[in-house]
Amino acid sequence: MGIAAEAQFHVLAVDDSVIDRKMIERLLKVSSFQVTTVDSGSKALEFLGLMGDVHGNPTIQSSSVSSHVHHHQEVEVNLIITDYCMPGMTGYDLLKKIKESSSLKDIPVVIMSSENVPSRINRCLEDGAEEFFLKPVRLSDVNRLKPHLLKSKFKAQQQQLPQQEELEQKEPDQPQQKQQQQQEKEEEEMESIEQKVDEQEQAVQSSVKRKIVEESLSPERTRPRYSGLTMAT
Amino acid sequence: MDVVLLQRRFSEYLTSLFNEGFLDEQFKQLQELQDENSPDFVFEVVTLFFEDSERLLNELAKALVQPSVDFQKVDAHVHQLKGSSSSIGAGRVKDVCIHFRNFCEEQNIEGCLRCMQQIKHEYSLVKNKLENLFRLEQQIIQAGG
Repeated sequence: MGIAAEAQFHVLAVDDSVIDRKMIERLLKVSSFQVTTVDSGSKALEFLGLMGDVHGNPTIQSSSVSSHVHHHQEVEVNLIITDYCMPGMTGYDLLKKIKESSSLKDIPVVIMSSENVPSRINRCLEDGAEEFFLKPVRLSDVNRLKPHLLKSKFKAQQQQLPQQEELEQKEPDQPQQKQQQQQEKEEEEMESIEQKVDEQEQAVQSSVKRKIVEESLSPERTRPRYSGLTMAT
Repeated sequence: MDVVLLQRRFSEYLTSLFNEGFLDEQFKQLQELQDENSPDFVFEVVTLFFEDSERLLNELAKALVQPSVDFQKVDAHVHQLKGSSSSIGAGRVKDVCIHFRNFCEEQNIEGCLRCMQQIKHEYSLVKNKLENLFRLEQQIIQAGG
């Protein structure tokens, strides 16, 4: 998977409007992404292998996460972009389900909506969406996806290398300092990605920008999200 | 006819559609997304817009003649029409949708019916203009352009 990630990024686009599906598909393809489109949140979950298991296994242990991902996600998805307003499951519902899923929560989610409702935008960003795009989505918006993909790819690579750290995986509460020493090299890489993110975020609307800046200032950001999963050096 | 002349006519016609507000900036985005990998992109998306709009206009007409109008349902249809018209850059249709939704919120049936007439009118205008545009494009291709 780590090597495969070197190839095209794969984006799952979710929209109930056939016109907007065609638009977003084209926008992403022009930007050299591989695209899969579906017309509902439930089909998105199905594609991601998360049907009927939405609330199940909330505490899958870190050592099984990697195989869990392989097992469920036959096709790797690097980013999900979803419409907000859809019948049945809204884009927000889909976001919540993805963030609640141990196997999917690290996939960046971007929400699109034709309505500029600040409370809605903030709610999505606070609950884990990376970006909020106002429709119609433009090429300049799509260009903002790259930093999130680089971050998720980096995380995916971290999760590729669990074997040498068997013991540490069984001790998820071990001191952060120790982990950080081992991760020095990787963190430098991560920081350079974070820097790129900051540069690209200059043009982004203020609420989104604030979120990203806070994240990159936070020390939480420089360590892997699966606290039990450490990396081989 | 001469290709250069046809191309000029095409671009003048397109400019007039922008100037008169039938199309907005979003249509230019659509054109930018058309390339050799997707040579008929604009035509395909606009065709989807025609199909979708006609379906929604039918639904709206039905919903508005009910003895007790379900304004939420009407609003949902108008919301969809607003979305698709703004996605292809049909500016004047989109603008009527915005007014239409306000009347839905107020549950103002007279306002809704007036908007329904306007939307049908604006839709048939922009459909006609876009068909003219595609016809010109075909003529350019046939002339070897």
